[in-house]
Amino acid sequence: MVSEKNHNVSRRQFLTYTLTGVGGFMAAGMILPMARFAIDPVLQSAGAGDMNAVADVSELTEEPQRFDFSYEQVDGWYTSEVTETAWIYQEGDNITALSPTCTHLGCTVNWNSNESYQNQFFCPCHGGRFEKNGTNVPGTPPTEPLHKYEIEVRDGTVYLGKANPQI
Amino acid sequence: MLQRLYDWVDERLDITPLWRDIADHEVPEHVNPAHHFSAFVYCFGGLTFFIIVIQFLSGMFLTMYYVPDIVNAYESVKYLQGEVAFGMIVRGMHHWGASLVIVMVFLHTLRVFFTGAYKKPRELNWVVGVLMFFLLLGLGFTGYLLPWDMKAYFATVVGLQIAESVPVIGDLAKTLLAGDPEIIGAQTLTRFFAIHVFFLPGALLGLLAVHFIMIRRQGIAGPL
Ligand code: HEM
Ligand code: FES
Repeated sequence: MVSEKNHNVSRRQFLTYTLTGVGGFMAAGMILPMARFAIDPVLQSAGAGDMNAVADVSELTEEPQRFDFSYEQVDGWYTSEVTETAWIYQEGDNITALSPTCTHLGCTVNWNSNESYQNQFFCPCHGGRFEKNGTNVPGTPPTEPLHKYEIEVRDGTVYLGKANPQI
Repeated sequence: MLQRLYDWVDERLDITPLWRDIADHEVPEHVNPAHHFSAFVYCFGGLTFFIIVIQFLSGMFLTMYYVPDIVNAYESVKYLQGEVAFGMIVRGMHHWGASLVIVMVFLHTLRVFFTGAYKKPRELNWVVGVLMFFLLLGLGFTGYLLPWDMKAYFATVVGLQIAESVPVIGDLAKTLLAGDPEIIGAQTLTRFFAIHVFFLPGALLGLLAVHFIMIRRQGIAGPL
């Protein structure tokens, strides 16, 4: 490099450093707000999910039944009513609510809809199957059980929250 | 590390001449504020470009949240400004930049005028400059409608009526801009959006390139 006698910084070096520094600072001041703006969806904290009234306990049977329920979904600036489905059954005191979303690639499963597979959830897309409690049948495409809704029972009414993985 | 990466590419593709050709040129004394402070007036062209770059960048980021639809446009702008981190800053950059760019173009034009830089052989660059000024006015006009609030809507009503008052082609021009002979609505907003983010920026980019290529060919105009 240029003469480093007495640790002098050459005019050229000084200019390079200060101009890069000032330029970098200005560029960062421009770019950072825009970058933070763009990645905001990743950093937004997930709001605590609401519980929605879905069914009366008196309606439940040992056989999974389909219950549809609607709630208000806030999607950025767009608020709409969306409908979700749960398959709910009761065994003794235990109530289970399963999500109908196939854990293979997300098609929708149905209870008992295929004559060859009695008392199972069946997915028409690639023939995925699940036991009554949601466990995936080995040898079919899905690799994990159907997701389970968070459940709360108050005054004889079943409230459901988010569907979470069983494993 | 960076130096070695550069050398590796340069050895294969000989990229040095590419940027040297752009970067290596003397700054004449009469445009260097370090010699004559009054030479700062020569910065206005570069400042105009700087703000146009900010408009391009902030505009691109705004389109991540903005929807050009009469039902959602206002809500999406409100959301991106109020709920998204730094939304107020990014929209603010675009909003204030749109006015500042006009100020800078004006100052730049004054400098070119009073230094006589528009004279032979640089007449064509004056023409390109005026065309770019019109493009900027167009960007301001079309962008102003996008938030779809009262101010945006009625400003556009007035603007389109001005277009309509032009003799002979007025009606045609207005319908072409608004997308409908009577309504200023859904079709107007999508048109203005397309013009604002695709057509005019594209044309502006092309003319900027022409502007700068001509400057490199002809050099900056001499001292007074
Ligand atoms: C280069 C010159 C440009 C000028 C002078 C300009 C001008 C404007 C103006 C005046 C507004 C209204 C802002 C407000 O009322 O807050 C606006 C909005 C908008 N512009 Fe531009 N613009 C330019 C370039 C661009 C580019 C390149 C894009 C995208 C690729 C873009 C995307 C948008 C969007 C999405 C909006 C609506 C959001 C909002 O209103 O805040 N703009 N523009
Ligand atoms: S999506 Fe259900 S089996 Fe493939």
